[in-house]
Amino acid sequence: MDKDHTLDCYGLLCPMPIIKIAAMIKEIAVGEVLEVVATDEGILSDLPAWCQRTGHAFLGIEKRGDEYLGYVRKTSA
Amino acid sequence: MTTDPPRPEKMNIIVFSGDLDKVLAAFILATTAAAMGVAVNMFFTFWGLNVLRQKKFTAGRTILQKMMNALNRGGARRLPLSKFNLLGAGPALMKVMMKQSRVPEIPELIRTAKDLGVTFTACTTTFSFMGFRKEDFIDGVDAYAGAATYLNEALDARTSYFI
Repeated sequence: MDKDHTLDCYGLLCPMPIIKIAAMIKEIAVGEVLEVVATDEGILSDLPAWCQRTGHAFLGIEKRGDEYLGYVRKTSA
Repeated sequence: MTTDPPRPEKMNIIVFSGDLDKVLAAFILATTAAAMGVAVNMFFTFWGLNVLRQKKFTAGRTILQKMMNALNRGGARRLPLSKFNLLGAGPALMKVMMKQSRVPEIPELIRTAKDLGVTFTACTTTFSFMGFRKEDFIDGVDAYAGAATYLNEALDARTSYFI
């Protein structure tokens, strides 16, 4: 999937991926896509939940090896 | 796929316990909620105030308070486990396991919570009967207050936890 930024959350457990995603989303521009690389399976549910709450667009999660690649489009400042 | 962000939510957590495992749960919820745009207030009372204490032996005005606080030594790095404390061996083991799994320690979670705008309120009643002073606590305590302040906040919030 096309992405503008990548955030490395490899090996991190809850709550750190979501905390890092929330910090990173502030740094990128509206419309850009953030790729999140994570290994904790919780991301499968936590990323869409975070998007639902914050209003950013959840674009999907792919599994590649032992990694989960999640995609979020920033929709508002 | 654009949706309007819902109105800002408020959440309150009473941190009554000073146990490492329970405090960890409280801070995971607080920091995650704050990362979701929720306004979070943590109300520290009773043993929970140990999380925010920084001096070990000096707390207390009366002799009984000093004795109690010599036993009840505070500090975010000194919290016991609610199970398998084993005179401190349990928390030491747990911290190694947490580090191996890269789970943040409580002092780091306190900093993260403050960075995310989580507010800390310290219970003045516990303060008084334990003989604590504001100097006994870390920076970052936003308010010193009682039950009415907590309830005023909590009645406005859709989610309140007692941990």
